[in-house]
Amino acid sequence: MVAVIVIIGILVLLGIIFAVLYNRLVGRRNQVDNAWSQIDVQLKRRYDLIPNLVEAVKDYMQYEQETLSKVTEARSAAMQAGAAGPQAQAKAESALTDTLKSLFAVVENYPDLKANQNVLSLQEELTATENKIAFARQFYNDSVLTYNNATQMFPTNIIAGMFNFATRQFFDTPESETVVPKVDLR
Amino acid sequence: MYEQIRRNRRASWLLMIFVVAILTAMGYVIGRAWTGSSGGGLGFLGLFGVVAIVWSLVGYYAGDRMVLAVSGAKQITHAEQPQLWNVVEEMTIAAGLAQPPAVYVIDDPAPNAFATGRDPAHSSIAVTRGLLEKLNRDELQGVVAHEMSHVRNYDIRFATLIGILVGLVALIADVFLRSRWFGFGGRRNDGGGGAGVIVMVLAIAFAILAPFAARIVQFAISRRRELLADGTAVELTRNPLGLAGALQKIAADPNKLRAGNRATAHLYIANPLRKVKDAAGLFDTHPPIQERIDLLLAMAHDEAPPAQAEPLATA
Repeated sequence: MVAVIVIIGILVLLGIIFAVLYNRLVGRRNQVDNAWSQIDVQLKRRYDLIPNLVEAVKDYMQYEQETLSKVTEARSAAMQAGAAGPQAQAKAESALTDTLKSLFAVVENYPDLKANQNVLSLQEELTATENKIAFARQFYNDSVLTYNNATQMFPTNIIAGMFNFATRQFFDTPESETVVPKVDLR
Repeated sequence: MYEQIRRNRRASWLLMIFVVAILTAMGYVIGRAWTGSSGGGLGFLGLFGVVAIVWSLVGYYAGDRMVLAVSGAKQITHAEQPQLWNVVEEMTIAAGLAQPPAVYVIDDPAPNAFATGRDPAHSSIAVTRGLLEKLNRDELQGVVAHEMSHVRNYDIRFATLIGILVGLVALIADVFLRSRWFGFGGRRNDGGGGAGVIVMVLAIAFAILAPFAARIVQFAISRRRELLADGTAVELTRNPLGLAGALQKIAADPNKLRAGNRATAHLYIANPLRKVKDAAGLFDTHPPIQERIDLLLAMAHDEAPPAQAEPLATA
C-alpha cells in the first residue's frame, strides 16, 4: 500500500519536473524569436531616420552629392534585401552602415554643419540607433546561448529531443563589418 | 566577467542564509528562555515576523517614490536629455527588458547615480547633472548599465529582504533585553535548573551580539551586490573600460553630493558619504572604488580580442 503511494508520488514529481523543463524550453525559444524581431524594429527605425538626415545636410553639402546619393541608394537596397533572407539583409545593412560612416566623416569638413543643432541631434539619434541595433543583436545572441544551453544540457536535452527543439544559429557579423573601413576624406 | 557574476551572486545568497540562521537561532533561544518552552520560541518568531513584514511592505511599494523625493530628482523626457534617454533605451534593449525605467536628473554638481524600484517594470534611474557634464557617452553607458543591473538583479528587493531580517533581529533582541531589564516575562521554568541558566545566558549573548553581527553581514552583502552589478553591467555593455573610466572620474571628483544621507547612501553607484579609501571597512556599503576599477581593467585585459593583432590595412 505504502509502496503504491510512493510510486505515485514519484510519478507526480517527475511529471511536474517534466512540465517545468518543457515550459522553460518553450519560454527560451520564444525569447529567441522575440529578440530576432526586435532587431528588425531597430533596423526599420534607421530607415526612417536617414531621409531626415539627408534632407538636413543636403543644402550645405552641394559638393557631396555623390556621398549623399550613395547613402540613399544603400538605404533602398537594405530595405529591399529584407525579402532575400537574413544573410543578404545583414550584408546590405552593413553596407548602409559604411555609407553613413563616410557621410559623418565628410560632415567633419563643414564647420557650419557641425554646429547645426538639427544635424547634431540627428547624429546623436543615428549613433543611438546604430548602438541599439548592435545591442539588439547582442541580446539575440545571448538568448540563443541560453536556449542552446537548455537544448543541449542534461536533463533538458531529453525533453528537447522528444519535442524537436532545434538549436538556433548565432548572429554572425558579416565580413565587411569586421574590417576597419577606409574613410576617404577628399 | 561571468566568474565575477557567479561568485558575487553565490556569496550574497550565502550571507543571506547566514542572517536567516542567526535570526532563527536567536528567535528560538530567546523565545525559549522567555517563555520556558520551545513552542513559545516559535510563536515569538511568527509574531515578530508578521510585524516586520507589514512594516517592510510599505517600504517595498512606496520606497522608490520616497527616495526620489528625498534626493530632489526631476523626471526628464527624450526631448530634454536625448543622449541620456538614448543610453537608457540602449541598455534596456541589451537587457531585454520590455520597457525602460523612468529617468530622472538630480541638480547637483557631484557625479553620482542611483536606481530604485522593486522589479524591472516599476523601476527608476536617477543621475546627477554633474555626471552628465563630466562623463563621455561610453562612461555614461557604463554607469546606466550598472544601475540597470541593480534593477535586473532585483537588488532592491534583495536589500529590502535583508533589511527585514536584520530589523527583525534587532527588534527581537531589543524587546528581549528590555523585558529582562524590567523583569517582565521570564517565567522561570523551575524544572530547568542548570539548563535554564545556560539558555538564559545564551539568549542574552545573542540579544547583544546578533544585531551587531547582522548589520556587519548586511554591509558585506551590499558590497557583494555592488560588485555583482559591476559584472552584470559589463555583461550588458561588453565594454569594461567605459564603467572603469566613469568610476575613475567619479573617484577623482572633489564635489560632495548634497542629497546624500545614510538612508539612501547604499543605492548610489559610489558612496556619497565616505572619502576614497584603500581597504573596505566592515561598515562600508560599497567596495573601495580602486578595487572596482582594477577588477574592470582586469576584465578588459582578459578580453583583448585577437583580431587586433592583424594589420589594419586591407587590400
